[in-house]
Amino acid sequence: MSLWRQLTRGLRTLTHRAAADQDDADEVQHYFDQAAASHMARGLSSGDARRAARHGAGNLTTVREAVRGYGWENAIDTVLGDVRYALRRLRGSPGFTITTVLTLAVGIGATTAIFGAVNPILFEALPYPEPGRLVMLSDHDGAGARIDVTFGTYRELVMRSRSFTALAVAKPWQPTITGRVEPERPDGQRVSASYFRVLGAVPLLGRDFDPADDRPQGSNVVIVSDGFWRRRFGGDRDIIGRQITLDGDGYTVIGVMPPGFASVLAPAAELWSLLQYDASLPSFQDPARHDSREWGHHLTMVGRLLSAASVDRATRDVAQIARTTVPEFVRPEWASLTGGLIVHPLQQDVTSIVKPSLLAMAGAVLLVLMIACVNVTNLLLARAAQRRGELAMRAALGAGRSRIVRQLLTESVLLAAIGGALGLVVAELGVRTLVALSPPELPRAGAIRIDGAVLAFAVGVTTLVGLVVGLLPALYGIRSDLHSGLRRTSPPAGGGQRAARGILVVAEVALALVLLVSAGLLLRSLERLVAVPPGFDASGLLTMQVQVSGRQYDDGNARYRFVAKALDAVRQVPGVASAAFTSQLPLSGDVDGYGVRLEANRRGDDAGDGSALRYAVSPNYVQAMGVRLRRGRLLDEHDAAGHPVAVVVSESFARRNFPGADPIGQRLRFGPDTSWETIVGVVGDVKQTSLATGETDAVYVTTSQWLWVDARLSLVVRATGDPAAVISAVKAAIWSVDKDLPIVQVTTMNALVARSAAGRRFALAVFEAFGFVALALAAIGLYGVVSGSVTERLREIGVRTALGASPSDILGAVLRQGMTFTALGVVIGLLGATVASRAIATLLFDVSPLDPISYAGVVAVLISVSAIACWVPARRAAGGDPLIALRTD
Amino acid sequence: MDDTNTDVIQGTLDMLILKTLSLQPLHGFGIARRIEQISRAVFKVNPGSLLTALRRLERAGSLDAEWRQTANSRRAKYYMLTRAGRKQLESETSDWSRRTAAVARLLNAEG
Repeated sequence: MSLWRQLTRGLRTLTHRAAADQDDADEVQHYFDQAAASHMARGLSSGDARRAARHGAGNLTTVREAVRGYGWENAIDTVLGDVRYALRRLRGSPGFTITTVLTLAVGIGATTAIFGAVNPILFEALPYPEPGRLVMLSDHDGAGARIDVTFGTYRELVMRSRSFTALAVAKPWQPTITGRVEPERPDGQRVSASYFRVLGAVPLLGRDFDPADDRPQGSNVVIVSDGFWRRRFGGDRDIIGRQITLDGDGYTVIGVMPPGFASVLAPAAELWSLLQYDASLPSFQDPARHDSREWGHHLTMVGRLLSAASVDRATRDVAQIARTTVPEFVRPEWASLTGGLIVHPLQQDVTSIVKPSLLAMAGAVLLVLMIACVNVTNLLLARAAQRRGELAMRAALGAGRSRIVRQLLTESVLLAAIGGALGLVVAELGVRTLVALSPPELPRAGAIRIDGAVLAFAVGVTTLVGLVVGLLPALYGIRSDLHSGLRRTSPPAGGGQRAARGILVVAEVALALVLLVSAGLLLRSLERLVAVPPGFDASGLLTMQVQVSGRQYDDGNARYRFVAKALDAVRQVPGVASAAFTSQLPLSGDVDGYGVRLEANRRGDDAGDGSALRYAVSPNYVQAMGVRLRRGRLLDEHDAAGHPVAVVVSESFARRNFPGADPIGQRLRFGPDTSWETIVGVVGDVKQTSLATGETDAVYVTTSQWLWVDARLSLVVRATGDPAAVISAVKAAIWSVDKDLPIVQVTTMNALVARSAAGRRFALAVFEAFGFVALALAAIGLYGVVSGSVTERLREIGVRTALGASPSDILGAVLRQGMTFTALGVVIGLLGATVASRAIATLLFDVSPLDPISYAGVVAVLISVSAIACWVPARRAAGGDPLIALRTD
Repeated sequence: MDDTNTDVIQGTLDMLILKTLSLQPLHGFGIARRIEQISRAVFKVNPGSLLTALRRLERAGSLDAEWRQTANSRRAKYYMLTRAGRKQLESETSDWSRRTAAVARLLNAEG
């Protein structure tokens, strides 16, 4: 009832404002008249009575305002009035408004864009039920690095561990799909039947995998992603039960995943089939059979913790299992688990690589936002100084302090709101740019977008910014002294306010310096990184991946024949200097390592001698890549089947394993190969995983002397001219041998080298953009303050000129003032930069966080830009006519 | 001007207005004068507070208002108690008596 009354009467007041105001005025007037009448009745004269009434009741206007201000509708009315007034004032000074709005749009937009990228990756939970219970499990290699697990380890954990509701393993799979439409080689995964159960996902159509199919010679079944289903099969719901041909074999489609299913472990995966490894593992009991694929370190293991189990408990549980061997599970030495197993929350695992760079970007964008805020605060302060007369007048007319503060805050919040709205456009562009520039290692890039959470964030930031930037000017607005404000001859700004503007400019310079130093350090890191020799000659190298697939290649000899024929064909192509195959290509993302055991190192225990990368190559691979021979000889055509196995090792492998001894002639066992292999040569180190990581041990062996021929091979072609020019001829040469083989990832080695630095390039691009914005804003801020101070001091300058100061004296004085701000800002900024640079230390490469060149360069840039920003108003001051200056007041 | 406090006791203005209006409808100044007279000038009502309190009570449904022509043919806004206002007055009065009695007991307590 009463609420209804509130609403209806409030609305009536709002819609009939003039009548309501008239009523209020009449009532107050009537009150006064009555009061005066009652005084007259007691014998006072008419004038005295009115005075007495006023004395007893106070200011008529104040009473009317108090009465008028009652009710919720008046709050709205006041706000609307304030907004209208603020809009009128902002329209009145378009230069100020545009500068402020653009500054805020850049600040809020950049912050929103970075939040849009950081939020889904770092803070949002993974898109699975109870994602906190998902963990990754990995093994240690001899050197302590994390490596994938073997199927044997997985089986043992499945049987023995007590902390998981389920465990699953997966490996990458890139089958070639053939059929009525043109062949395609989608990304996929081969997984254990438990995979989707562990993730907590179920197919939208059809069914999940059946454990009964997950065995050698089980039925060939496949589950496809929603995207693949729509693209390849037009979203046909009858797809379930249909046969498709993958790598020449028939597979039955049993399920389609829901559209929202995000394959976090393999972001590009669109197809899932079963591993079909031998779970009974006869090889457990028979060390001689440990050479099966079940014992290769090539599986990603993920587990779902029991609701009661913590990561700690699971870690203890698997550590206990790793320590104690049981007769049912005999482990080969390279999967002996002596280093223990690593249990990591999946969320942490997915984001660990990019977290430092994302956090650094978040920090950087906050600096940008702060600079933008400081800049706008400064502009608002300058404006408040110009409006002192107006504010003093309003205060004199009865506006309360809170009323003035509200008016000023309305203006700043309005500016922020316009800036924020424009900022959303900036954010949308920013997010698109971020996604376009994002390095391949950025997980969940697909989740980066402007969504509800990001919008809410933008609105929050905008409101906060509006209040923050408006607060200081508003406080100065009410603190200004009425009398001096009304006197026209007084200096337009108080000393306190001028000091505040100075401090803000110093802060701005300092913040900009911190950002610029970070950008400088990243730039220097990238320079260092791309200067790192990869260990091979990348120029003129063309690379591509060939996948031998289909039934006809089940036989290793068939694969070998194909490799030999393809190489011959490619070498015939005009413009090709040499060509070679390798099982893994440097900097392509391949990492394939095996345990090593040295003959010279017979300790009698089961521990191996660390691991090394396996390069199963055609004999001329090392020459074709341009890797340097250090000692001994290279592999050649004579290192073929039937001959003693010869291997070439990398320099760091030789140095680590045979310090001070001659590695040539030493023998080792590598991976599942049980025969002894002889080292015949030592070659230079090659960067396999990235330019930034240290040397990795490597073992090169010819394909014909290795246990198997890999189905996925990389072809490296050294062209005499532009490698891109021979692409189609090389492809045609391979297809002349077998026209059905997919050729993918065709690229130049130079592109792979560049991609290796993509993560840092990404971070650098962001920091450079932010650094530039910061520099520009700081320069604008400095210009604004110095220019404002010149305007305020025109009179003083005029007097000094009239008294004989030369233009250069004036120029010097103004420049000195501006450069003092800069110098202070630089000193404070340098201190800040030493702290900030330590925070981005993980992003740096071969550059000290205190790198003097970066610091000196940035200081020089900042001082030059500041000098320009100060020089412009200084010129104006020096060139002014003293008489005009003196006449202005 | 002497320093005697003539402010209405905090929180009692509503009750005083309701009580005054329970006898007959009055306009703003009429209410102020009546409170001052009956309290023998112990309380003086500030028009700003009074008129806002009247707005509040009107909005809450305790009072109704009506514009009437006065003797010298001017408009005056008269307030009158509603049924809800009468109830509110009763409950506020009994509450007030209870509390003043308690305060009186405390002030008169020995020792």
